[in-house]
Amino acid sequence: MLEASSLAYRYGKQHPWLFNELDLRITPGEIVGVSGPSGRGKSTLAKVLAGYLPPGKGSVMIDGRPLPASGHCPVQLLFQHPELAVNPRWKISKILREAEEPTPVILQTLGIESAWLDRYPHELSGGELQRVCLARALGSSTRYLLCDEITSMLDALTQVHIWRVVLNLARSRRLGVLVISHDKTLIARLCSRNITCLEGAAALS
Amino acid sequence: MTCSRLFDRRTRTLLVIIGCLLFFFVVFLGAWLYGRQGEVTNLTLRKISPGWGQPFGTDWLGRDMFARTLQGLRLSLGIGLLAATCSAIIALILGLAAATLGKTVDVVITWLADAGMATPHLVLLILISFACGGGAKGIIIAVAASHWPALTRVIRAEVMQLRTSDYVRLSRRLGKKPVWIARHHLLPHVVPQFLVGLLLLFPHAILHAAGLTFLGFGMSPHIPEIGTLLSESMRYLSSGMWWLAVAPGLTLVVSVMAFDLLGNNVRALLDPKTMRE
Repeated sequence: MLEASSLAYRYGKQHPWLFNELDLRITPGEIVGVSGPSGRGKSTLAKVLAGYLPPGKGSVMIDGRPLPASGHCPVQLLFQHPELAVNPRWKISKILREAEEPTPVILQTLGIESAWLDRYPHELSGGELQRVCLARALGSSTRYLLCDEITSMLDALTQVHIWRVVLNLARSRRLGVLVISHDKTLIARLCSRNITCLEGAAALS
Repeated sequence: MTCSRLFDRRTRTLLVIIGCLLFFFVVFLGAWLYGRQGEVTNLTLRKISPGWGQPFGTDWLGRDMFARTLQGLRLSLGIGLLAATCSAIIALILGLAAATLGKTVDVVITWLADAGMATPHLVLLILISFACGGGAKGIIIAVAASHWPALTRVIRAEVMQLRTSDYVRLSRRLGKKPVWIARHHLLPHVVPQFLVGLLLLFPHAILHAAGLTFLGFGMSPHIPEIGTLLSESMRYLSSGMWWLAVAPGLTLVVSVMAFDLLGNNVRALLDPKTMRE
């Protein structure tokens, strides 16, 4: 279980808390949504949960242990802008293999074509690149996936494709998924429960 | 059909590299074959304008200007290459140190780079070359010690931006160790800046080497460096001996432009966005 207890974060001591005393639990296979207006700390929450930022207060535990400081992190974060999450000088084949060799099943499920492998990131569309990032994040030791507005820039068909794959994987591999989005309809459709980020706090609903 | 339509970026860069290497080879081979012939006076062949026998003419002492120009260019290219390499290596070390060794080191190196950039270039070159006793050693130290700030700032900014980029932070969360990240993400990103910086420093260094000698702070007057030839020619231009300045001047311009073209092509080739043009 991914568990955050009394979590708080602020950018510098003179800044207000983006969220404070936040308790959150995601069980394997569960899909949890996070919504709220811009600037309320949704992305920051994802970064703290994935170990990108150290929490100001509280802790993030996975099965009762802190997140590993080194080695493959079982909590993987997917960014809103995939073009910033890949090395622009690497070809797609190298990007996909950064963590481990993706299985042919994952490549096929995500519709990653072999013609893409010899291309550079700027030669792929946003939707194609996001699927590459998703394939890279789905290493064998990944247990929780934090999706930070991963489909907000994509067309409806690609959105459906990506979410269908994520939902299927969550079910088959018992992946815990955190869906961050402005789109309340999307969250209502995908998630079993929702967290609303309000100013300085987080309300569970 | 233009050259850019006829050949792709890789072929064009390859052609420029071959051209530059050929130019280097011809200059060094020519200078070696002619030996010290450019310093031999022949008073029966004084002040001859360019023609079949003497393609670059002869000077007021009957010395062959072609041999002198080749010898001068060989010296300039050698000095330029050495000075640019030293300067680029200083820039790489200081740039990486500023970006990775903490705030104090960064502040000191940034201040030094700012001070170097704020000081008039030529004054700094003259002072350092003079303090080092002139000659090839003085020129190399002066150019190397005064040309690192711009490239240092570029490398520092690249590494700093890269360290906080999403894909480098993500690489850590994918289990990659700092050494692996430095080798696969940071260094390949800085190498093109370093190579292009070095190539673009090279023509600068050649020009400054010639400039310092022209002003009398570089090579000794009896050594036929391009700057010496240009400086000497000034006294004879009014008497109609235009070839004394035109031939060495043109070869200097051509070599500087060739290496500038090489630098720009390599930069475009190493940039994934323009490499497939």
